[in-house]
Amino acid sequence: MSLVLGLYNYWIAIGLMMLGLYAVIGRTNLVKRVIGLGIFQTGIFLLYISMGKVEGGTAHVYYEHWKGVYSNSIPTALILTGIVVAVATMAVALALVVCIKREYGTIEADEIEAADEE
Amino acid sequence: MIASYRLIDLILITLVIVTGVAAVRVRNLFVATMLMSIYSLLMAMVWMNLDSMDVSFTEAAVGAGISTVLLIGTLAQTGTAEKVPARVSWTAVAIVGLTTAALLYGTLDMPRFGDPKAPVHVHPVSVGYIEQNVEKTPDAGRNFTPTPPLPPHQGDGHHRNDYFHGHVPNYVTAVIVSYRGYDTMYETTVILIAGMSMVLLLRRRRKESP
Amino acid sequence: MREQPILRILTKQMFPFILVFGFYVIAHGELSPGGGFQGGVTLAAAFILYAMVFGRDEMHRIFPRRVSDTLMASGVLVYAGTGTYCLIAGYRFLDYTAITPSNPGGAESWGMTLVEYGVGITVSSVMLTIYSEITEPADEPGPRPL
Repeated sequence: MSLVLGLYNYWIAIGLMMLGLYAVIGRTNLVKRVIGLGIFQTGIFLLYISMGKVEGGTAHVYYEHWKGVYSNSIPTALILTGIVVAVATMAVALALVVCIKREYGTIEADEIEAADEE
Repeated sequence: MIASYRLIDLILITLVIVTGVAAVRVRNLFVATMLMSIYSLLMAMVWMNLDSMDVSFTEAAVGAGISTVLLIGTLAQTGTAEKVPARVSWTAVAIVGLTTAALLYGTLDMPRFGDPKAPVHVHPVSVGYIEQNVEKTPDAGRNFTPTPPLPPHQGDGHHRNDYFHGHVPNYVTAVIVSYRGYDTMYETTVILIAGMSMVLLLRRRRKESP
Repeated sequence: MREQPILRILTKQMFPFILVFGFYVIAHGELSPGGGFQGGVTLAAAFILYAMVFGRDEMHRIFPRRVSDTLMASGVLVYAGTGTYCLIAGYRFLDYTAITPSNPGGAESWGMTLVEYGVGITVSSVMLTIYSEITEPADEPGPRPL
């Protein structure tokens, strides 16, 4: 039981990553693939930030009247860059989806491949 | 007895994965966008519970704000219906199953959640990151007085809060702007490149009136 | 949406407060959770709200495309310019003690604030550009000229 409680965060993070991976490779609609990419990225962030939490700790801002421990702020610093790059990636992916729609008239991947072969 | 932050954490991430599954399975893309907005809001609450305030702020602003607006803007141009797949793609299920098994096997020797003796808190590299925050003052007008020499570090997650003369209180800003300022400069360049590529891909030249 | 009186009046009332909050978050990046990225996205959210209620052309009338294109690049210029000034003054690149060498602690604070403003300007302009390009109406089909 303590194994499940101690590792639950990491298992849910892996579950989210695999959900996103299934959406990216198993679905044909391009917008659904972009949504799956977003879920995948958030799962990775959950894996990292769960490692930084210390039991009984508080947030990463120094306060002189707090005499206890602070949670580790290094995973937070790494993931902050990751979130901003994730939204930039999603924006460019959606721009490409709009361009594909204008060119081909559809956003289903198998119809685009069929139109390419002609 | 289970600690309160663990209970909130369990409830919130269970809700998160239920919302994620719903967003992938739903056929109408507008409903999927709204579920992604709810998903981002729940993730912002999860980050706040795990004591990372900067990430929570960024996720709420960027995930529940900008991402939702972008998806709705895209759906206005592409339509909201998703085609029903003819059959389940078994290669996707097989790849996902194998990767899940491998990753779950890999998490069995990770340190438990909330452990203060985990290597990420004790290792000298992360200790060095935290200690470099001494001697930076947020009040620019005062004179600089040197701090007394620091004792050897205990390494159990405690921050020594009686030796700092002045330092930047927000540790995350102190790391990413000053110690890793070079990485943040190139991250800003990545955002600039995303903006430039949006302009190049989608902007039309207006017909100038003669 | 500009015919609805509640949306119109509320947007015009809330617009300056959202801008002030955005600048507050950028300026207090080292004292409280916040910083360049979060404040920049909040600044962009004010303009996106205005564009949603009053229309894209109205928003481009108060914040032209040329201005936002220039601001996108000038934020990165401020960041890299700070680093280059520290390099020219004889110290290392992005070593903030070059700004006031007699007071290294205060110089760190000045350098971090300048850099956060650079990041905030770039992020807000880019988010606004991303929104404004992706909601562009598609009026003629086929490949489009740049």
